[in-house]
Amino acid sequence: MKAAPFEFVRPDDAADAVRRLMATGDGAKICGGSQSLGPMLNLRLVQVEQLVGLAHITALKQAQVDGDVLRIGAAVTHARIEDGDLPDLTAGLLPAVAANIAYRAVRNRGTLGGSIAHADPAADWVSVMCLLNASIVLLGPTGERRVPAKDFFLGPFTTALASDEIVLAIELRRFSPQARWAYRKVCRKPGEFADAIGAAWTDPARGQARALIGALSGMPHVVDGIDAVAKLQDPHTGPAAIQRMLDDAGVDDAYERDVHAEMLRQALADLNQASRSSP
Amino acid sequence: MNHDETRHLKTDAGHGVGASVHRKEDQRFLLGQGQYVGDIRLPGMLDVAFVRSPVAHGRLGAIGKPAGSEACVFTMADLVGVKPIRAVSALPGFKPSDQWPLAHGKVRQVGEMIAMCVAATRAKAEDLATQVDVEIEDLPAVVDMLTARSAAPPALVHEAWGDNVFLHTDVHIEQPGDLARIQAEAPIVVRRQVRTARQSMAPLEGRGVVCQWDTRLDQLVMHTSAQMPHINRAGLSECLGLDQGRIRVISPDVGGGFGYKGILLPEEICLAWLAMHLRRPVRWIEDRREQLTASTNCREHAYDITLYAERSGRLLAIDCEATVDSGAYSSYPFSACLEAAQVGSILPGPYRMDAFACRTWSVATNKPPILPYRGVARTGVCFALEIMMDAVAREAGIEPHEVRLANLVQPGQMPFENVTGKHFDSGDYPQALNRALAALDLPAWRARQRRGEADDRRIGVGHAIYCEQAAHGTSVYHGWGIPMVPGHEACSARLTPDGILELRIGAHSHGQSMETTLAQVAYTVLGIDESQVRLVHGDTAMSPYSTGTWGSRCAVMSGGAVAQACEAIANRVRHIGAALLEAPWDSVEVGPGGVVHGASGRRLSLAEIAHAWYRQPQRMPADVDPAGLEVTAGYKAGRDTGTFSYAAHACAVAIDTRLGTVELLDYVICEDGGVLLNPMVVDGQILGGLAQGIGTALYEEMPYDDEGQPLASTLADYLLPGATEVPMARLEHMETPSPHTRFGQKGIGEGGAIAPPAAIVNAINDALAALGVEITECPVTPRKLRAALRAAAQASGADA
Repeated sequence: MKAAPFEFVRPDDAADAVRRLMATGDGAKICGGSQSLGPMLNLRLVQVEQLVGLAHITALKQAQVDGDVLRIGAAVTHARIEDGDLPDLTAGLLPAVAANIAYRAVRNRGTLGGSIAHADPAADWVSVMCLLNASIVLLGPTGERRVPAKDFFLGPFTTALASDEIVLAIELRRFSPQARWAYRKVCRKPGEFADAIGAAWTDPARGQARALIGALSGMPHVVDGIDAVAKLQDPHTGPAAIQRMLDDAGVDDAYERDVHAEMLRQALADLNQASRSSP
Repeated sequence: MNHDETRHLKTDAGHGVGASVHRKEDQRFLLGQGQYVGDIRLPGMLDVAFVRSPVAHGRLGAIGKPAGSEACVFTMADLVGVKPIRAVSALPGFKPSDQWPLAHGKVRQVGEMIAMCVAATRAKAEDLATQVDVEIEDLPAVVDMLTARSAAPPALVHEAWGDNVFLHTDVHIEQPGDLARIQAEAPIVVRRQVRTARQSMAPLEGRGVVCQWDTRLDQLVMHTSAQMPHINRAGLSECLGLDQGRIRVISPDVGGGFGYKGILLPEEICLAWLAMHLRRPVRWIEDRREQLTASTNCREHAYDITLYAERSGRLLAIDCEATVDSGAYSSYPFSACLEAAQVGSILPGPYRMDAFACRTWSVATNKPPILPYRGVARTGVCFALEIMMDAVAREAGIEPHEVRLANLVQPGQMPFENVTGKHFDSGDYPQALNRALAALDLPAWRARQRRGEADDRRIGVGHAIYCEQAAHGTSVYHGWGIPMVPGHEACSARLTPDGILELRIGAHSHGQSMETTLAQVAYTVLGIDESQVRLVHGDTAMSPYSTGTWGSRCAVMSGGAVAQACEAIANRVRHIGAALLEAPWDSVEVGPGGVVHGASGRRLSLAEIAHAWYRQPQRMPADVDPAGLEVTAGYKAGRDTGTFSYAAHACAVAIDTRLGTVELLDYVICEDGGVLLNPMVVDGQILGGLAQGIGTALYEEMPYDDEGQPLASTLADYLLPGATEVPMARLEHMETPSPHTRFGQKGIGEGGAIAPPAAIVNAINDALAALGVEITECPVTPRKLRAALRAAAQASGADA
């Protein structure tokens, strides 16, 4: 199928993009690498008057470290993260996850900001941002604002992004040397969207830990806090605690419970070994 | 000439029959220079998009064309004089369906075409399609084939029939056994419900049609991505009321067929009518969503099957009820009953038995029509039979291969007439099985299985064996009474004035490498280098009639026809050459490089002889054959009941029981395709088939909901195996010549796709038998496997 007619504009910079959104209103939609939006437009599941492209804006393709904060521009592609083309303060978490997003052809065009703004529950960055509770930096008519991931993702394909805002960047704090992470997902085929994601992260020096199950019908279900994660890791209390997470997340399909529980179990087991990720 | 003589023909290393000649096609394919329907641009061409039914079953009401664009939107009412597609079968009791090119009265499947919209681009045509108003009064959808054929179906797909059954057949053979007695006394009785999912064939290139009216030739010219251009022409003629001389069908490069392109499409009829109506070139290129949800499907079988055996594993009888979901319409030319009715004759597979009973139903449902897909009914049959053979083995407490060896047709019995009268031409089936298991190293896998895995995965070993009737002809097909019956296959051959050999055949390649393999045949018969041979095919105006490429028939039938034609050319070349060399004709021979005078060693190249014939006719002897260097020859196998190629597949799997995932650790195939025209091409066919078989086993499934809505509309939902899902299979070859074909070759194009579901599911069942799990459905998805593991655990009171 072919997309319904729309106008495609390439704003000069981020501020220009916001101005165009303000001018067009609800009929405009932001487009990053177009790896999700493109097919949806072609299937006419989404119809827009105007598509505002961001992938070409140089400022959005930058990443820099400021003290303990890594700021990654929204138009940075998965491939550049995979290739180590930007500084990594996450002990290899971001490159490892990026390397297993879809296929290389998708990673070459798909962007971090596009993935986050699209908010597909099965997308890897959605789970990673929730795991780290990253700051999502938004630009709107009144300037920048920062929204923590837990408040940014409101539901499947739904975010705190206003109709006249764009995702400018994400910001992550540097992991301490004691930090560990684990990320597991299961897909029918390498490159397909995950059927289940299990992830865990602990940074004792910062007194923080989180674990989550992702690729649900809704947003990732996060357990926050050193004690809560320790309880999940405990061989005696862990299995029941994982089942409670599934209950709380409203997962009632037996197969989905099986695979989500198993992914989180594996991620928690990995956390006890060394940081690692599996496709 | 029989194959014994032929095998002593000129065979040079690297040339001719039996050599792995590199594919001539690869030059253009690897450089992206092939030309497919989608590459064709004609001046003034318009694009077509169809309004398709959103519901599975309904009564069609008013169709509102968008105001101002009425002239660009067409419904069946506009296609005056166009007849519906009617693919009949002469089998007693067959009920034909009328498939109108655009819906007429009712819609019977999601995706059925209701209106045709034409515009300058496809996008604009789709814009138009969204503005067409269609009123449909919903009817209950007939979705499940077993309910559909029951006494209380939810609705009738074709009201006039009185039921939903295209055809019911009843095969009952009690020779030499007595079925009732076997049923009463057999020590082992194994009964199962077996199912294979509905699949969507997914060639890289979908269908596509570019059509124009040639005013000079007063002729419809249709480019279409098709396997059987002459059959498409015949069908177009019947539906359009246009004589066949005024229809030219051209099938350019075809990006995979597998049966998907062996059909007369309603879209072809619509585009033909539109090109005649508008007198402008028109185009429709199928998109992936249409391919998945609107066009045709394949494979959906259900078996209620019982095997009767002795304690030793010796098979006594099979009793089976087989149902095939044929979908809404009978497709042209293969009809809606080929698949199910064939089950009744091929279910016994390569085994001996005393009695056989099989009742079949070809059932109409509100789903797309099914087409024969690579392997046709054999993939389902092999799955049903071979997982049952393993079930018998488990019941008897012996290794599955022992059960098979006790029942396979033995080499000393060849040629063998089986219980349903199938004539097995040659082969050594036990050797194929033994070699596959030896190559897999069954004892090593059993040892590893006993040791257990560090990662807790469970190891299983499975295998399957089948035979594949191919290139079967008139005597087999006339009984079906479908719109095409293969007879003699023809080849037109001619030498050009500079000594190039042009071969024209009516079959077509959709990836079979015939430009290479048929050139090899020409080399073997005529001694002409493969590079000097051009194959002309895929064009009804330039080739003799053929039923086309299907049924793994081209190596045998087109290969045989090319050999006949080259033989005739060789004979004429020999006479002309001898005259030019001033030697008696029986003192010269035709071989590599041309005509050679044995005694003197003097020679004339084919180019020199062709030059003399065309440009220097004054040099011809008085008694020269006036037909010259152009000939059309026909070929039929010495016996046309088909060649029987066969193969044993064996594999090892590891199963993660927590996730329900299956990994193929090793895969071995030992096949016998008779004399291989080009072993490398055969390997390619087998490996491609294997990939599709793995899809059937583990991935591919076109699910429908209760309303008949297809639930997989993109390749994100319809999973195909890719590079990461297909292991490096190891192939072993046997070459038992067929006694009936020109070189001893057998049809082998489909076999790779037949056995994988059976071999893989047998391996899964081998791995999980100890847990009380037995799978009898494919694809084996993680969801299904987890459900089976959970159910087995609940039954035994253990944790899943």
